[in-house]
This record gives sequence, C-alpha cells and structure tokens, in this order.
Amino acid sequence: MGWLDRERTIAPPGFNRWLVPPAALAVHLCIGQAYATSVYKTALVKHFGASLTEIGVIFSIAIVMLGLSAAIMGTWVDRNGPRKAMFTSAVFWASGFLIGSLGIFSSQLWLVYLGYGVVGGIGLGIGYISPVSTLIKWFPDRPGLATGMAIMGFGGGALIASPVSTALLKLYDPNSGAKGWVASGDSVAKLFLTLAVVYLAYMMFGAFTIKVPAEGWKPAGFDPGKVKAAALVTTDNVSARNSVKTRQFWLVWIALFCNVTAGIGILEQAAPMIQDFFRQSDGTSLVSAAVAAGFVGLLSIGNMSGRFAWSATSDVTGRKRIYMVYLGVGALLYTVLALAGSTSTVLYVALAFIIISFYGGGFATAPAYLRDLFGTFQVGAIHGRLLTAWSAAGVAGPLIVNAFLDAQGKPGALTAASYQPALLTMVGLLVIGFVANLLVTPVDARFHEPRPGRVRPEEPALEA
Amino acid sequence: MSSAQTPVEPSTGKLIIAWGLVGVPLAYGVYETLTRVAALFG
Repeated sequence: MGWLDRERTIAPPGFNRWLVPPAALAVHLCIGQAYATSVYKTALVKHFGASLTEIGVIFSIAIVMLGLSAAIMGTWVDRNGPRKAMFTSAVFWASGFLIGSLGIFSSQLWLVYLGYGVVGGIGLGIGYISPVSTLIKWFPDRPGLATGMAIMGFGGGALIASPVSTALLKLYDPNSGAKGWVASGDSVAKLFLTLAVVYLAYMMFGAFTIKVPAEGWKPAGFDPGKVKAAALVTTDNVSARNSVKTRQFWLVWIALFCNVTAGIGILEQAAPMIQDFFRQSDGTSLVSAAVAAGFVGLLSIGNMSGRFAWSATSDVTGRKRIYMVYLGVGALLYTVLALAGSTSTVLYVALAFIIISFYGGGFATAPAYLRDLFGTFQVGAIHGRLLTAWSAAGVAGPLIVNAFLDAQGKPGALTAASYQPALLTMVGLLVIGFVANLLVTPVDARFHEPRPGRVRPEEPALEA
Repeated sequence: MSSAQTPVEPSTGKLIIAWGLVGVPLAYGVYETLTRVAALFG
C-alpha cells in the first residue's frame, strides 16, 4: 500500500496550504461523534436490559483506548505520515461501528465493548493525533490557529452527530411516533451501520486530501527568527522518547490534566447541575428539563468555539500565558460559580460557558505548546503521550464529582450548596495546574536532537 | 532553496469543495444546537 506512504503525500510546489485544515477537520468531525453517545444511551439500556453504568462503560473504554493508542501509536503516526494514519483511523473507526452493530443485532454487549470501545477507540486515538504535526508544519507562523481549527472539529462532531442520529433513529424505527418513545435496538444497529459507511467515506476524503510540506518549505514572508524571539519557543528538536524524560513534559501533563478534570466536572453533570442550582425549597427547579438541554447545547458550542478562539489567540499571547488564563481565571470563575452561581441564571450560564471554552482551549492549545517546547520533529508522538492526561482526567473528573455528590444526598434532592465541595476541589486542582504551568521553562539543551556539526555526548538521563 | 518562492496556486474550486464538505455539516450542527439553546432564553 505504497500509495499511503509519506513520500507519496509530499505537496507539489504551489500547493495551497488552506486545503489541509478541511482534511484534518473531516477526520475530527467524524471521531467527535464520541461525544454524542447520549443520543442512543437509553435505547441501549433498554435493548440489553443493562444498567446505565454498563452502557456508560462503552464510552469509557473508547476514551481509555483513545489515550493509550495515541500514546503508543504516536511515533508510528509521525513516521508514516498523516495519510496512512488517517486511513488506518478510518478503518478502525468504521470497523468499530460495524462490530458494534453486530453486537446490537445479536444482543451481545461484549461485542459492543469490543467494537465501539476497543476497535473504535483505537481509531479515535490515531485519528485525533493524525493531522496535528502536519498542520504545525504547514502553519509554522500560526500553529495555534491551525491545530485549533482541527481540534475544534472534535467538539463540533457531536453537534452534527447528535441531530443526525436522532433523525436516523426516527427513520429506522417504525414506532418512533409513539408517546414516550425509546429507539429500538434494531434501529440503533442500523444507525451504527449508516455511521460506519458515512464516516469511512468522509475520513477517506480527509486522508486523500492531506499533504505534507516538502523539506525546507516555509510560507511566503515567514521569518523563523521572529518565532525564536518568543520566549519558550525552540528551533531545536526533542524526540518523543526523550520528551518524557523532561520536567516540562510532565508540567504540561499536569496542567492539561487539571484543566480537563475541572472541565469534565461540569460537563458530566451539566443538565442536572443547572436544575439543582436553581432548586426551590419545595423541591422543584426553576430550570425545566428542556431549558437544561438547551444549556448542554450551549456548553457544546462553548467547548467547540473555545478550541478555535483561544488556541488562535495563543499565537499572539504565547502558550504559557494563555494556559495561565485557562487555569488562573478558570479557578476564579469556578470560585464565583461555587459561591454565587445560584444567584442568577444569566451569571451561572455565562460562567459555565467561559469555563467550558477554557476546557476546549486547553485541548487545542496543547499541540502548539508542545511544538514550542520540543520542536516539530516528533510533536505528534509527544502529543499522543500527553493525551494520557485526558484519559486520566476522564476517570478522575467524574470520580471526584460523583463521590462528593453521593455524600451530599440523592439525585433530585441536591441544591447549589451540595456542589460547593466538588467545585472548590476543582478550584484547588486548577491552582495546582496554574503552578505547574508557571514552572514551565525552556527544555535543557541536553535533550535536543543532534544537529549537523553538533553531537550529543550520551543519551540524556531523566531530569531531576 | 525554499519552495516558498513558488507562487501558491489559486485552487479556488478545490478550496470551496473542501471547506464546503466540512463547513456545511458543521453549520447545520451549530444551527440545530442553537435552536435547542433558544429554550434557555425563551
């Protein structure tokens, strides 16, 4: 399959680099479906006669596999180029849906775990990192904008998948007009088949559109000397293997982990949380279920737009400063949310929107931050290793929030005060992340890859 | 020599198709979500 090799994807002279972001977006919009699983969650609970937790495990496996496959396959992705990586991701992602649909048709939940969770999760991880280093190489002048555009797609994928899936479930289920309708397992299996075909086609469009720049290419008018003038930005390179030996990698890991954990705390509980915050003394809430659903939609837009807007802004402010905003201002906003969020729905919604935009911004800015610190050499592989912070936060965030809420009372009887311990714990986490980010300094030269005429005496040891 | 010297091809048709393929579904998704968000301010 030589036609997938990196050498076959080198752009000819005059190639328009603005064709690369839509190729990356095509992949991220497809794998972003992972955030839209709630559409058929109840249908699967009914179909398998399983608990919400047992069905929730499907998503958890997929996110854990995302982190693992991104970390393990990152070097392979950098070595083989974006086309082979996107192609592989598409095959895994579509196969995940196909195996999952087989599991639903045959009522074998383990097949859904294997399909959507394991196989699809591998597709998620490879797909997520596949365009990152290519975009950074095409946009050395605006790496934050470039990766923000792609990673915005991961947030936007759910916005598309959610209404489309609902419409398809109605189309495939003859009983969709019935009162209190819950989609049949059969219709969910057909939905999975449809998504497999559509996503495969879309991701192939991305795979066959993307190209890597020729060696030595740079955009017209771009002066690398100006980039170097910015603090923390290196023109040297650090390998993925050496990056994990540096203090900087783990400081950024902690910053991302804290930012994601805090964001997931709100996202996981978004709908019940806004209702609980405005619960009256008689037990009813001022916020209806429909309004709460609207709030969840608004957060999705905040998540998506934050990925693009904040990451693009980081090209001007610098990556360290923008992370100070995510973590420092985020901690302040979380404190206000915990202590005064229940005084006004407008205040509550505004605070949550900004906090979630910071959550998305943290994801999208991370690749450019790594580029600044470690160079472009294996930035995709380093990014893959960094995404283990996401997997860890995906476990820690809900655990922290649910543990505190379980101790406060039963769902439906919680109030704004019940959330204060969990939210203030998130403030503490954000402060830890803020300090970690503050400690980030340029990477020591002993970790740099040798340049012609300059040799590294020996393999660098772990940084103290 | 850097290939930045080579003028960039206009590629307008390709750009419209590529951005349309991702932009149209994304715009649809944002529109659908905003209609749900309307309940928040209604």
